[in-house]
Amino acid sequence: MHWWLPAQGSTFAGFIDTLFTVILIITGIAFFVVELGLLWFTFRYRARPGRRAHYTHGNLKAEVIWTAIPAITVVALGIVSNHYWKIIKGRNSVPADAYQIGVHAKQFEWQITYPGPDGVLGTADDFTLRNDLHVPAGRPVVVHLSSEDAIHSFFVPVFRLRQDVVPGMAINAWFQATTPGEYELACSQLCGLGHYRMRAHLTVMTWDDFQAWMKTAAQGATS
Amino acid sequence: MSAHHDDRSFIRKYIFSTDHKIIGIQFLFVSLFFLLVGGLLAMQIRWQLGFPGRPMPGGGILPATMAPGGVILPEYYIQLVTMHGTFMVFFAIMPLLVGVFANYLIPLKIGAHDMAFPTLNMASFWTALLAGLIMLAGFFVPDGAPRAGWTSYAPLSARPDLSGASYGQMLWCISLVCLGLSSILGSVNYITTVINLRAPGMTWFRLPLSVWALFITAILGLLALPVLSGAAIMLLFDQTIGTHFFDPAAGGQALLWQHLFWFFGHPEVYILILPAMGMVSDIVANGSRKPIFGYHSMVFAITGIAFLGWIVWGHHMFVSGMNPTLGSTFMVTTMIIAVPSAIKVFNWMGTMWRGNLRFHVPMLNAIGFVAMFTIGGLSGVFMAATPVDIHIHDTYFIVAHIHYVLFGGSLFALFGAITFWYPKMFGRLMNEFWGKVHFWLTMIFFNLTFFPMHILGMGGEMRRLYDPTQYDFLKPYQPLNTFISYSAFLLFASQVVFFVNFLWSLKHGKAAGNNPWEDNGLEWSLPSPPAHGNWETVPTVYRGPYEYSSPLVKEDYLPQYRKLDTDREPAMTPVSGH
Repeated sequence: MHWWLPAQGSTFAGFIDTLFTVILIITGIAFFVVELGLLWFTFRYRARPGRRAHYTHGNLKAEVIWTAIPAITVVALGIVSNHYWKIIKGRNSVPADAYQIGVHAKQFEWQITYPGPDGVLGTADDFTLRNDLHVPAGRPVVVHLSSEDAIHSFFVPVFRLRQDVVPGMAINAWFQATTPGEYELACSQLCGLGHYRMRAHLTVMTWDDFQAWMKTAAQGATS
Repeated sequence: MSAHHDDRSFIRKYIFSTDHKIIGIQFLFVSLFFLLVGGLLAMQIRWQLGFPGRPMPGGGILPATMAPGGVILPEYYIQLVTMHGTFMVFFAIMPLLVGVFANYLIPLKIGAHDMAFPTLNMASFWTALLAGLIMLAGFFVPDGAPRAGWTSYAPLSARPDLSGASYGQMLWCISLVCLGLSSILGSVNYITTVINLRAPGMTWFRLPLSVWALFITAILGLLALPVLSGAAIMLLFDQTIGTHFFDPAAGGQALLWQHLFWFFGHPEVYILILPAMGMVSDIVANGSRKPIFGYHSMVFAITGIAFLGWIVWGHHMFVSGMNPTLGSTFMVTTMIIAVPSAIKVFNWMGTMWRGNLRFHVPMLNAIGFVAMFTIGGLSGVFMAATPVDIHIHDTYFIVAHIHYVLFGGSLFALFGAITFWYPKMFGRLMNEFWGKVHFWLTMIFFNLTFFPMHILGMGGEMRRLYDPTQYDFLKPYQPLNTFISYSAFLLFASQVVFFVNFLWSLKHGKAAGNNPWEDNGLEWSLPSPPAHGNWETVPTVYRGPYEYSSPLVKEDYLPQYRKLDTDREPAMTPVSGH
């Protein structure tokens, strides 16, 4: 079991994990300041006979400081976050040359439509597999997400990618896988009683392996 | 009305009472019952997650449609998560904070004989009880309780063919419309009372922070609950008369529900924490024997949170398919709302600094609140950062966060507040020793239960998952899930200490006297419990609520009602009661 984030399998994982770590350090400092401060105060200022509390209603300077520091920090975090947000999810973020795959979600399965050997979605050699997602590594891939019934969510932990799949909406999500291997695609939005078993097998392959697999799979699917 | 003649019948006095104190206590018993219900549902969830597919001890009494042979079915599991969230949010935490303490405290703390509209107040309680019973009835109708999560995302919630629940899902809507009505009646009352019925000398900036928080909360409730009621009625129409507001298969919009729900839902989150913050402020000042640090900035922080709370709802929807540019906007507002929360934490610490701390049970729980709310607030920063949220959204990281805020925050504050005002309500103190035992057990097992959930969430374990071991990448986490379940069982068992102490002390607790905590509030000038009508004549207020360790007197507290030779009578004309 990991005590940390999962293995990194896409180009997004590096900066999301770095951002996570930066936030952990910042909030960690705040955490120790507050919790150790509370512990110290409970010890240092515990009631003892003959003591009297210091009578004060506040201190403007202190309050300005502890308002300004969090304010500057969170706004800075927001600016940095937004830079990466636009790369992953921005309106025009999907690279023009991204390899296209159709993903149709329904209770409780994933139907994956591949463009076939010609590499173009929506042509005669397209074929569809159930709960079996293959993607090439090293080049951008865009998944065209659609849902038949309830809201589902396309979640690949190693890619650090999650996108809800909403009925009535055509949503694109893109990623670039980095590491060939066997992974899992999960549904992460409650979609009914079979939600917990709405999983698909995910195989990340080198581009050459992927091309070879595509030819065999296309024949298998049409024969 | 005065505190004198009380010839009401038993029924008018204790059942259909218009006395704000009795109504507060009625809310207390009813919502503690629902807290217990919500806890029992959580225990079943933890059994299934800790020991998937194993027969639950005692589960044999459940019908075969829920748990044949004691083994929890997937359809029952999602009823459990739906009802646990719904009961805890709407029927335990919200009425405990608002129903109990807005009712009990506002008139006593501002020096009024009762609420502005006592009959509306009574109606508010009975509507809330009705709502709770309607929700509970979900378990007993065909197809069982609702199954779409406490957030009831459409179209799952709108279409019985997708969720498998028909009547239960309708009852969810009807119940929340009733609850909304109850909250609106209550809110109108609290707002009117605070504005009009303050005692002479009780200026706005002499109000205790508990009253400020409850007042602002009432405004939030008045504006937010109608949105939920409207959305719930639309959902009910989708389920019953085929309107398809939320069903894209017939031209509706799935995301419309989410926008409406969270437009209500995020102010609701602050309804669930602001009163806790207010009461913790009162208790921390009392326990520290010091004036609250930065009273005015505390008031502005409450107001700021309440305002910003309206423009952050989209952070629940970063990965929903909503326009990503809106995601950027909501991230900024969400980041900014961290600032007033930080101010409040630092001001509580400033209050304790150079204080003379008394560790009575309310103070322990209030410090526990500050310590745990801080963790819940800080984990919120991870979710506010949109790229990080992509990974942790809808995982146990969120479950950890909400429990640090609502259990570590609100519930610790409530344990403190109940213990603090119990002597005023019932004339007797809760047992100090068992109160401390309960605090420490809860603190330990709370953290053992919920802190590891951050690790699960980082690993990617999804919420509302009947059986995580279905996924290869989650199988290694199973020992941690089992550990969390054991901790949760012990956390639940620790609450028995509180419930027994609560009930035992009603009869056997130490007699309280008027002012057992040496507090400054107006309510402590009255006998415990105060009579119907509270005051013979309303008291006069000479100062703010936090004059502890004032150099003017030799005691370390100076009540708002105590007149010193140097005090002048307030110029404000007395406001009449009724």
